[in-house]
Formats: sequence, structure tokens, C-alpha cells
Amino acid sequence: MSTLNKEKALAALRQMMVIRDFEETADMLSLRGKLAGGIHNSSGQEAVAVGVLSALAPDDVIATTHRSHHHTLAKGFTAKSVMAELAAKSTGVSGGRGGSMHLAGVERGHFGGNGIVGAGVGIAMGAALGIQTLKEKKVAVGFVGDGGMNTGRTWEAGGDLAKRASGFGLPSFNINGQDVEEVIKYTTEARERALAGEGPTFINAVTYRYYGHNTGEKGQYRTQEEIAEWRNSKDPIDSYTAVILERKFATQQEIDDMRASVRQEIEEAVAFAASSPEPDISTITQGVDSGKLGIQL
Amino acid sequence: MSTDTTVKANATPTYSEAFQSGVREEMTRNKGIFILGTDLQERGGHFAQVKGIAQEFGFDRVKDSPISEAAMVAAGMGAAMYGCHPIIDLNFIDFSLGAMDEIINQAAKIRYMFNKPVPLVIRATSGVAGGGAHHCNSLESFFAHTAGLSLAVPSTPMDVKGLIKTALRNEDPVIFLMHKKLSGIRGEIKGDDYFVPFGKAATIKPGRDAAIISYGYSIVTANKAAQALEAEGISVEVIDLRTLYPLDTDAINAAVQKFGRIVVVDEAPLFGSITAEIAATATEANFSSLKGPIVRIGAVRAPLSANPGMVDASIPSVDSISAAVKKVMKY
Repeated sequence: MSTLNKEKALAALRQMMVIRDFEETADMLSLRGKLAGGIHNSSGQEAVAVGVLSALAPDDVIATTHRSHHHTLAKGFTAKSVMAELAAKSTGVSGGRGGSMHLAGVERGHFGGNGIVGAGVGIAMGAALGIQTLKEKKVAVGFVGDGGMNTGRTWEAGGDLAKRASGFGLPSFNINGQDVEEVIKYTTEARERALAGEGPTFINAVTYRYYGHNTGEKGQYRTQEEIAEWRNSKDPIDSYTAVILERKFATQQEIDDMRASVRQEIEEAVAFAASSPEPDISTITQGVDSGKLGIQL
Repeated sequence: MSTDTTVKANATPTYSEAFQSGVREEMTRNKGIFILGTDLQERGGHFAQVKGIAQEFGFDRVKDSPISEAAMVAAGMGAAMYGCHPIIDLNFIDFSLGAMDEIINQAAKIRYMFNKPVPLVIRATSGVAGGGAHHCNSLESFFAHTAGLSLAVPSTPMDVKGLIKTALRNEDPVIFLMHKKLSGIRGEIKGDDYFVPFGKAATIKPGRDAAIISYGYSIVTANKAAQALEAEGISVEVIDLRTLYPLDTDAINAAVQKFGRIVVVDEAPLFGSITAEIAATATEANFSSLKGPIVRIGAVRAPLSANPGMVDASIPSVDSISAAVKKVMKY
């Protein structure tokens, strides 16, 4: 297992803390009616997002799912701009037109969350085709959950989950999605294979979301004991904090300070979203298409 | 249909060759254009629409895909977002139903939500020919109804070339529908610098008494009807819409104002079809110019039969169009 140096380890831990605080804050705001509808909380799954995005280059492409706040934050979008999008404000990453499920920044390689389960894999595959066609050296990652894995489109686009993918001839790995360094390792190797022309890799990062499917959903298909077990013994932030303390990358006081600074960052994001202007309603039909098809060239 | 790989010096090109010509010119100009679909590399497409292009530009630019329309359109959309200008060739528009989420929920909406153009052409044949219920759907109204999509429905080689070139110079997702029964028709085309704008109808045949508004293969049928009516002393103008979105409402309104007697012809089932949009648009804007109700004729509300007699009975004919014109002439 490759280990991160102090600087990268602390950055990964802090990013996971940002996501956790962001999600729990957003969930609460949503329940209070302060956002533009419900959200899909990714608490518990931080290591997958941070691990994958840490292994990618800044301009590599991702296409993701209805649950994508964590991917978006890990891609480097600010908590302010993501929270503002959840509130459908003009300062959000999609200008308030997307909302929680449609976070994107295409110019930065974020090809969007998606309201349709399983749709992101095909878009990532298309981006990879574009990269190949234009002969550039980047990779594309499609995120898909276990629900999306059962959609036909996921199999039409690419390829127990890893075993299924291996049936398509893809190098396939079941890995610990709660261990950010393991996710980084496997994603880095996958990226190197892709850049070497060896095609796609399937990674099943086994993880666990702590909350229901969406805001307010109780998720009674799981026992409280099961949720508690994941939270208490496999939490990606707690376990990586322990690793960092053991490696003496930080003291407990420094971890506490980090958590406090994260809290402040999220509070600032909430205030920013709340005080941001609404999109201009008069633009409602603008940007549907170029409006240029009728112009003789 | 033609299997020629190049346009013969002395022959005017076919509708399919006109498509090849426009695509070749644009592929030469833009390295980001590639064609993805089935049966393209060796066969050149089911209608020879890309015959010889793979051999000329290489298999990287003309790609044969596994048969998954959802994957093909998703691939095109992702590549378009990345900076390419793909042509996804679905052969038959009927097969787009396996990719409707990718087309309507994804490709059409990206620009609006993410402020990122999706320069994508989805080409397919449309309209009624032989082949039964799964190869003859006319789905124009599905696409015209969807914000973010444009819809080309050329009826001549000239317009095929001019419209595909416009589509490939622009940045919108375009549904490009070529009528299968027009594949082998011949006609003049123009050179590299000729573009047909979307949203501009063309007058195929001028007239004095009434107008038929239509598109696609129905233009051929409408022309035959118009010729027959000339012999009976009725002079009918035939207007080819060429694109259904944008729709040339100016041309529609001008025809209403000029003639007051309008017949709209479509091969799609009449209920909920684009003909209703045309009639409503014209009536709302120019009710007082109409001498009587706009008459719409289209297909019956039934899946297309394999039986040739039933196929003919399903869609507008020279006789049914002539009868419709005579009806509006009685106002």
C-alpha cells in the first residue's frame, strides 16, 4: 500500500471532513426547506470521492450520479459554489439551473451529475472517445452506484459487480472504499493503464452511505445496528484520522483545528448561498440552443 | 439506392451522395468530426450515406459500434461535450427509441443546465417505406417538442448537403432525418460554401390559388398532386419546410395571408403531429386571413402494416392530397 506524504494526507483528510460537514449541513437545510428541494447525502462515502479525484489530474473528466456533491467538492469546486447550486442560486456551479443532481463544470472536466440512474457511465465513455479522437492524454471516470450497475445502459457503455465487469474482460477490482489511500492506489493504477492505451478498468469501491436515499428517507431496509457498525468501525474520516495521528502527521489539537476551520468554511458556504441572488427569471428561455442555426454562414 | 462511391461527372448526385459530399467537406475541415454507428465502415451505411468515407478518412473517423443506441448517443454526447462534433448514425429513427433518455434527458438539456454546447448530429432515416412497424416510424413530433433539439427533414440533395453542413458548423444537437424513399433521387448540389439555414422553408412549386405545406417524401407526393391539379385549373403552391425546429412560421403565415387556403401534409400519424402545430400557429396569427379551416392530412393512428396495400392506405396519397386541396378551394 502506497502511503501519502504528510501534505497530501492532511489535504485528503480535510477534504473528507469538508464533504461530511457539507452533507450533514445540507441535509439539515433541506429538511428545513432552505434549499431548492431534497438532496442525496453521501455521508460515509467520502473516501471514494476523495480517493478517486486525488488520483486524477485536474483536467481529467468525471461524469457522475444523482449523489454527486462529494465528487464535485473533491473535484475542486468550492463549498460555496456547490451549496449555492443546491439553493438554485445564480452563483451556483450551474447558475441555479441544475440543482443538487446537476452539478457540473464542463470546462473543468466535470461533465455533470445526473438525475437518471446509470447515465453517467455512458457520458464518461463518450468523453473518453473524445479524448481518443483528439489524441489527448487524459482519462474519464464514470461514477455509478449499485443501483445504476443494474441498468442496461451501464453495461452497454462499458462493460457480485467486479465479477460481472471481469466477464467483459475489464481489469476489475473489489476494493475498500472506506480507505482513501487504497482508492487512490487503485485509481492511479487504472489511470496509468488507460493512458498507456490498455483500456478501461472497473473499480468496485465498497462503501456505505449513512443516510437514506434522499433527504428524509429513513431507509428501513437496513438495521440501525448495521449502520452503527459502519459508522463506528469503518468510518473513512475516523480511520484516516487515526492513521494520520499514528504517523504523527498531525497532533490531536491540529486535527481539532482542522475540523473547526472546515466548520467555518461550510458556514460561510451556507451564508453565501443564502445571500446570493436568484437567477434572473427573464433568462428562462435563454441558452436552450445557440439560436444560430438559422443564420446563413 | 446508389452504391456509387463518388459523384459521377455527368450525373447529378443522389440524396445519399449529397450527404456524403457535405460530410466529406466538413470532415476535411474539422478533425473533431467523426461518424459512429453500425454497418458504416465496410457497408457505408444502409443507404450508402457514408459510402467510402471510412476508406478515405480512416477507421478512427468512421467507427462501427456495437448495437446499442443508448451507448452510441451517450458516446456522441460525451465526445461532443469534450470538443468533438460527432455524427451518430442510427440508420433508422425507430432505433432512437432505445436512446431516448440520452437524446431528450441528456443531450438536449446539457446546454441549458451546464452552459456547455453539445455539437452533435444524430442522423437516421425516417418515414414510411417497406419494412413494417419497427422501421417506418415518423417520430418528428417527439423531437420537435423537446427544447434544445433542432430537427432537419430535407427532401432534396441540395438541401441534404446544405443542411448537414450547417449542422456541422454549429453547436446544437441536431436530429437529421433523411427519408428512406428519397435515398436514390438525384438533384443538383452546390459546393463547399453553400449552407442551408435552419428555419427557412423553400417554395418547391409556385402557385396562385392555395398552398400545400409539407416536408420530406410528402413533398414528392404533394408535387404530383399539384401537377395533377394544374390540369384541372387549380394552381397550388408547394412549400417545403426543410426543418421542423426551428419552424419557419414566417413562411407559414405568409402563405396563409397570400392564399387563405392551406393544406398541411405529413406522413406521421395525424393526432399530435407537427401538422397540428402548423395549423394552430397559422390560425392564431392569421385567423382573419383564412377562407376556411386549414386541412391537415397525415397517417392513420395505427402501427405500420407489412401489407403494401395497407401501407399505401396509411399515409397521404396523390388522391387524398388532391381531395384536400379541392376541399379548401370550395371555401
